[in-house]
Amino acid sequence: MTRKKRRLYILLLCAIGLGSATALTLTAFQDNLVFFRSPSDIAREAPPPGRAFRLGGLVEAGSVERGGATIRFRVTDGASTIPVTFTGVLPDLFREGQGVVAQGVMRPDGSFAAREVLARHDETYMPPEVADALKRSGHWNPAQGAPPPAASWNTLTPERRSGS
Amino acid sequence: MIPELGHFALILAAMLAVAQSVLPLVGAQRGDSRLMGSAAPLAIAGFLAVAVAFASLIWSYATNDTTVANVVANSHSAKPMIYKISGTWGNHEGSMVLWVLVLAACAAAVAGFGRGLPSALQARAIAVLGTISLGFLAFILLTSNPFERVWPPPRDGNGLNPLLQDFGLAVHPPLLYAGYVGFAVTFAFAVAALIEGRVDAAWGRWVRPWALAAWSFLTLGIAIGSWWAYYELGWGGYWFWDPVENASLLPWLAGTALVHSAIVVEKREALKIWTVLLALLAFALSLLGTFLVRSGILNSVHSFASDPSRGVFILVLLAIYIAGAFLLFAWRAPAMAPTGIFAPVSREGSLVLNNLLLCSICAVVLVGTLYPLFLDLLTGQMISVGPPFFNSAVAPLALPLIAGMAIGPMMPWKRASLWPVLQRLWWAACLALLAFVLSLAVAGWHVLPAFGFACAFWLIGGAAADIADRAGLGRTRLANVLHRARGLPRSAWGAAVAHAGVGVTLLGISGMGLATDHLAALPPGGSTQFAGYEWRLDGVRDATGPNFTARRATVTLLRDGRPVRVMEPSRRFFPQGRTTTTEAAIHTNLLRDLYAVLGEEHEGQAVLRLHNNPLAPWIWLGAFVMALGGALSLSDRRVRIAAPAAKRREAEVTA
Repeated sequence: MTRKKRRLYILLLCAIGLGSATALTLTAFQDNLVFFRSPSDIAREAPPPGRAFRLGGLVEAGSVERGGATIRFRVTDGASTIPVTFTGVLPDLFREGQGVVAQGVMRPDGSFAAREVLARHDETYMPPEVADALKRSGHWNPAQGAPPPAASWNTLTPERRSGS
Repeated sequence: MIPELGHFALILAAMLAVAQSVLPLVGAQRGDSRLMGSAAPLAIAGFLAVAVAFASLIWSYATNDTTVANVVANSHSAKPMIYKISGTWGNHEGSMVLWVLVLAACAAAVAGFGRGLPSALQARAIAVLGTISLGFLAFILLTSNPFERVWPPPRDGNGLNPLLQDFGLAVHPPLLYAGYVGFAVTFAFAVAALIEGRVDAAWGRWVRPWALAAWSFLTLGIAIGSWWAYYELGWGGYWFWDPVENASLLPWLAGTALVHSAIVVEKREALKIWTVLLALLAFALSLLGTFLVRSGILNSVHSFASDPSRGVFILVLLAIYIAGAFLLFAWRAPAMAPTGIFAPVSREGSLVLNNLLLCSICAVVLVGTLYPLFLDLLTGQMISVGPPFFNSAVAPLALPLIAGMAIGPMMPWKRASLWPVLQRLWWAACLALLAFVLSLAVAGWHVLPAFGFACAFWLIGGAAADIADRAGLGRTRLANVLHRARGLPRSAWGAAVAHAGVGVTLLGISGMGLATDHLAALPPGGSTQFAGYEWRLDGVRDATGPNFTARRATVTLLRDGRPVRVMEPSRRFFPQGRTTTTEAAIHTNLLRDLYAVLGEEHEGQAVLRLHNNPLAPWIWLGAFVMALGGALSLSDRRVRIAAPAAKRREAEVTA
């Protein structure tokens, strides 16, 4: 075997390897990307039914209802609110008024069926998606300190907030 | 006083690092043996300085010195002593000091154990390590000084995140860092070789033990992290394809490729440029991992004590080191002539395939991990890439890798043919087929786990066939075979054991593919059926610990009405930081884990989540077997007498 031929083989192998890796990545991306949506996004445009996505926002104060192993609560970003149901054990840091990210699908009745509620190791941690959703809806300016309590989110309007 | 001593020691270490990164390099360039000789003492002095700093930090934590800002932020007097000490590196500043300590220890090890190295190569490698050390010491001193004081001192600290108050924190970060930073040594050797413009078999022989050691530590570190998440987070899973987990997997994949390609350099002087590139890549990915974890730039379940503003500094360091190394590579690599011709079907060929597949997997994981970040930066759109992506993209690449893992080691160097090798593996193939059929018959129609079992048995059978073949089983008498098996080089045993370890891990992963879980809300005295047992909730009561209060459930497992076992899952409430953690109760008989988590209580009912995880402990057991294989390879005679100088000394003794 000549050196040239060997190099050709190796290049061919590399091309096959890289090509298959790219192809696999792209096909897997197509089916498995999970988009993040805030309650306002959903109010504006209904997500395709049956497709899983992540819902993020704050757990509205006073909205948590427990019945057996099933929990109902509402997730808000100030502008809109989405009712959520979840069956399972909630993560340790799940609390009213705190940021939450849930993964699941929309039900036909407009509620969100969470398959997973994501936890964080750190109690002061605000999921970046949630922080971003709150900033976009005009309810929180991180420069002004910690986010205000979730109970007040629905009563505030972006205009009044930015004016204050 | 002690914190100032630590701070001073850090500054001293930074000064020493400046000298260490300049003097030996100049010496090596000029051929000045006195300057080159300064490398080893400088590296050892630097290590001592960082060790003093680290010891001072531990001292501040152990005595709960509330005048130190870092202690106030992360510790509390009510914590048990072991968590006070392990809490030293359970925060950003402390973990960076640990990082530098491990790096300095590696440099000292190159200085101490590398006496047989050519002095120019050793001097350059130590200088490169000094440069890396300098960057991170500057990072600590300028942005994350752990010894900063507060005045007036608060009465007590804020406490450590309860999830970190665990034995896992004592061992997981040091092992993981030993792995990450161990690749700094191979990186340093690669850069030194690029400066010298020469890579030969001897270089491969020096680099391989370091790569092996780093790889073994990283394997252990990842496994212990995974085990920790399994029992501490209470989700019943062991791997979530989380960015922080991927950050440790990436250097592991590159390191695995490096460990294999270094064999080719050592034995056949081929793949030299590629191996140098892999050595650069493994450390680049380690740095990337450090950056991702420390900056918190990616949304992770494991993120703690992260600070985006300081992440930029690490990003700059990363850019300097990586870009510098790759520029050097682009400049010098073409000067290195390729040597060592081999046929595509040969041991070398199979190792090339191994490298190709490992790097493809590495690329896929890297893309999946960073894609959300780039999409967010470019379009502002937020997405997440979850386990389904990684599973469906990695599995097709892992399959040929696993198939080749049994075949490759049995191929001769230079030129081989497939058929004789397959003939010697027929019984491993039969074993795999049997496992596939048995799994389907016993566990029901779950094709993927059954496939995993088949792969696992193929690997373990293949490793056994390799050893049996080398020992000459079937060609000579049994006593002779045993004698030959004992005489086999340790590296052969190491390879077989490590490959079998992958098989063992795969058994665990496949078993977890058959895992089931069950959710029940039970009143006291109520019971539910799951996994062949009746689970009866006897009651939930209050309990107290050293720095927490807890609700503890007593769950009795009954079989045919007779109590078999009592499990006590609990939820702990930590007043400092006002956090709750779930403590899962796990009962293992090594063939399966029964795993119970206590959820919230409401109207007299307690929510219980129960898991039945077949073969779960084997996942981590397999990782230990892999690391054991690495250690066996390291103890090979060839590694110990690798140095030509040592050989010369031996020759003088015999003469």
